[in-house]
Amino acid sequence: MTLTSIIFAGILTYLTRMTMIALISRDMLGDKIKAVLEYVPSAVFPAIIFPGIFINDFGTFIEMNDPKIFGALVAVIVGYFSKNIIATISAGLVSYWFLIFVVFN
Amino acid sequence: MLTKKQLFTRGMLDISPHMLSVIPFGIICGAIGVELGFHPYLVYAMSFIIFGGASQIVFLQLLSGGASSLVAVASVGIINSRHLLYGAVLSEYLEKLSFIKKLLISYVVVDQGFAESNKFFKKNRSEEFLHYHLIGTGCTMWVCWQIATLSGIVLGSFVPEELGLKFAIPLTFIAIVVHDLKKLDHVIVMITCGLSSLLFFDAPFKSYIIISPIIALFVAALLLRLKK
Repeated sequence: MTLTSIIFAGILTYLTRMTMIALISRDMLGDKIKAVLEYVPSAVFPAIIFPGIFINDFGTFIEMNDPKIFGALVAVIVGYFSKNIIATISAGLVSYWFLIFVVFN
Repeated sequence: MLTKKQLFTRGMLDISPHMLSVIPFGIICGAIGVELGFHPYLVYAMSFIIFGGASQIVFLQLLSGGASSLVAVASVGIINSRHLLYGAVLSEYLEKLSFIKKLLISYVVVDQGFAESNKFFKKNRSEEFLHYHLIGTGCTMWVCWQIATLSGIVLGSFVPEELGLKFAIPLTFIAIVVHDLKKLDHVIVMITCGLSSLLFFDAPFKSYIIISPIIALFVAALLLRLKK
């Protein structure tokens, strides 16, 4: 039954969210571990970013001239200087669209 | 000292720019579920019960591709195991809450909400009702995700596929980490994670999503040792 699987997947997902917040107390994590945890955003999000750029829908690597690479570079540059989330996302998308609709068309 | 309402609003405002990528992605997720032949109610049930972006698509794709439910459930668990790391970071700021409140707030911890609330927490440690910021980011995400996936389920993929809006997801996370590019240690950690995720992309159960952060955190630990 699909619904049963969804419920199990939901419980499992909830446990991943709840475990460290509700069951771990601050004292259980030493200073060294806390210092390492400072890096969590930098250590986790590239695992979403890199495959989202370099791997296509069929699970294979893209060509080195793929418009996504250019779009991502533009987003990095705009994001770095503008410090604005909407500008970063829009710049990446617009430069990507410019390549796929105007240049490569 | 900010009031609960101010913190909640601040959380809403801090996460709302990310809706530019979350809403199209939610529409795509809802539409894909129905296209794969699943009952609309089941596709929507996932947004409520799992509430976990990409893991919902992977779950349906695996089932429709003939994988066993055990494999599909395990994959969702592994993809979402990154929340353990978010929880470990957030626990420091939420430790004063009662157990029940911790249980409730856990349901709305999501990637972008964690990222934005964590940034806010670091700068405003002394605020008394900090958790309202996390409730603000989480609830905004929750409402938008429900509406977006529902629209995708009901209206189909009215977002043209040619636009390639899935690409907005890596962009939203670029916007989150881009400021740390000025710190060399963070750059090393990011590159380690990114390259590992490509290297282990074909590892079973989509486990690259937790393997690469673990490798990157080991590198971070080494860097901390070198710094001293």
